[in-house]
Amino acid sequence: MDADVKKVVYDPLIDNNPITWQILGICSALAVTTSMNTALLMSIALTSVVALSNMSISMVRNHVPGSIRIIVQMIIIASLVIIVDQLLKAYAYDTAKKLSVFVGLIITNCIVMGRAEAYAMSHDPKMSLLDGLGNGLGYSLVLLTVAFFRELLGAGSLFGIPVLPLTSEGGWYQSNGMMLLPPSAFFIIGFMIWGIRAWKPKQVEKPDYRIHEEQNPDLI
Amino acid sequence: MNPVKIVLDMPNDSRAKTLIVALTLCLVCSILVSTAAVLLKPRQEANKALDKKRNILTIADMMQPGTSIDEAFSKIESRVIDMQTGQYVDDMDPEKYDARKAAKDPKLSEALTKDQDIASIRRQARYATVYLVRKDARLETIILPVHGYGLWSTMYGFVALQGDGKTVKGLGFYEHAETPGLGGEVDNPDWKLKWVGKEIYNPQGEVAIELIKGGVGASTSNPQYKVDALAGATLTSRGVQNLVHYWLGTSGFKSFLKNVTEEG
Amino acid sequence: MEDILSLLVKSIFVENMALAFFLGMCTFIAVSKKIETALGLGIAVIVVQVITVPANNLILNYLLKEDALSWLGITGVDLTFLGLISYIGVIAALVQILEMFLDRYMPALYNALGVFLPLITVNCAILGGSLFMVERDYNFVESTVYGVGSGVGWALAITALAGIREKLKYSDVPEGLQGLGITFITVGLMSLGFMAFSGIQL
Repeated sequence: MDADVKKVVYDPLIDNNPITWQILGICSALAVTTSMNTALLMSIALTSVVALSNMSISMVRNHVPGSIRIIVQMIIIASLVIIVDQLLKAYAYDTAKKLSVFVGLIITNCIVMGRAEAYAMSHDPKMSLLDGLGNGLGYSLVLLTVAFFRELLGAGSLFGIPVLPLTSEGGWYQSNGMMLLPPSAFFIIGFMIWGIRAWKPKQVEKPDYRIHEEQNPDLI
Repeated sequence: MNPVKIVLDMPNDSRAKTLIVALTLCLVCSILVSTAAVLLKPRQEANKALDKKRNILTIADMMQPGTSIDEAFSKIESRVIDMQTGQYVDDMDPEKYDARKAAKDPKLSEALTKDQDIASIRRQARYATVYLVRKDARLETIILPVHGYGLWSTMYGFVALQGDGKTVKGLGFYEHAETPGLGGEVDNPDWKLKWVGKEIYNPQGEVAIELIKGGVGASTSNPQYKVDALAGATLTSRGVQNLVHYWLGTSGFKSFLKNVTEEG
Repeated sequence: MEDILSLLVKSIFVENMALAFFLGMCTFIAVSKKIETALGLGIAVIVVQVITVPANNLILNYLLKEDALSWLGITGVDLTFLGLISYIGVIAALVQILEMFLDRYMPALYNALGVFLPLITVNCAILGGSLFMVERDYNFVESTVYGVGSGVGWALAITALAGIREKLKYSDVPEGLQGLGITFITVGLMSLGFMAFSGIQL
């Protein structure tokens, strides 16, 4: 039992990471990572939703008619997201303002639906909760890493606390403006994937075409 | 037999079960969601109101460490005014009036013509909430809500003027989505400081303030009407200039400022 | 009229759903290997978007907003918190209908899209379009224009990416970047390019 629990929680961190391997949940990973504060709040929101929705869907899995399966999942997920959104507006108003539409977009976050279909519909509530937790943590790991680089190099701060004094405030660090722009998130994730696959060659994809040896002697 | 057990034992794809599951799910979810919404609403409203007060205090440079926001805000008098006449409207509650919402209501606002709409706001509400600070019956600060389009977004903020109605005490935006690092530098305290002490109107009463590229230097003529534009943010800077011209001009608060400075 | 045109151009280029706001990324990256499938998915997205954004606008203004139910004689009721569920419900229903329509009248496209058709339901770009419409408080005409624009923008982006990926197949990409990695970097460069559209005013 323990080995299973460990696998379910640890796998999604690197080996089966929802963003870098399963290609899920990318949208919000790119947009909310300009600062660690927003990234952290988004991670907490998503992890809670995916864990709770996995557990709820798992609890009713044996009694859901096939014809309304997807709608049932959507309603459970949507309700959870609305509740989380209301809680954020009540207890963390400033950051909730910055997250604006992206909290609502957790409903369509592929990770939530993806894990519901792939895991929660066929496993018991306890394991489903843990699977949700594991995937949420994998997602949070990528989000916080991207936000770390974007905030540090783009604004010279971490969690709003200045770390590298900016030239615009009398310091020495010329902030890298591109880091604050959305495309930088793509580049950072691309390099992260490169790093992960260098570490775990099993994840490398086979190319569709390879130049024939005779054309390029360097490849022999 | 236990009715719940009967339902659970039904085959999943039977019509009856499908209906029962669908209805039960809707009921449970709506109860949970509505309960959360209703219970949390007062807290959310309080957050919104506090946020608004904090914005006003920050821009008028009245935030004091140690005092609560409500306490600092108690020194400020909020009044609703009629934009056209510039007079106070006493039968409207400044706490409840929402100018942003009113601007969309055809009964409380007007559409602007292209020539009038230099700030690209499309509609203007007929009334606005203004904030005044008096010290010993003398008018010390006038805080006016302003908004206008920048590059990516509508920027919402306040302009704080001295009691003379023409010298700037502060300017800032509490809501905008301009490019971080470029137009977003409207939030930079150093840039905001450049506005302090500048004059909005020239002796003829026209709005003379402008944002100039290259900065205000020793050889600039009439530097009291000029503020540095934001480096690399032409359109945001233009947006700021336009909205200041709009709201402090004849379509905006000019008539109000005339009235309030005359009465002291 | 100029507002409408400006809104259209903005939603296709400057505020491109895929390249400026990164919505709909999962299917964007997963389905962009071949131009034909990408184009098919893009068109399906346009159709869904054009119908759902105005439909959700009507629901918001006549059912959910504060005092929106006044045409029924009920005032003082603010149901905006039910917004998320209503919008996603409309989208799910519409995609289901579209699926049945394609199955009956355009089976080739239906088969080509396969599992990605139901995935449009969870495409963030569709829900995102409705949510942006709510936040910017568009009226009915603006909602329709925005629906067209945002759909076209997304379709344009995915087709362009498919074109690039088809060419990229013949390049010598480092092993670790093969496939997913180089796609991310390509999309990053595309989005940098689309930023050049900012500042266009009609």
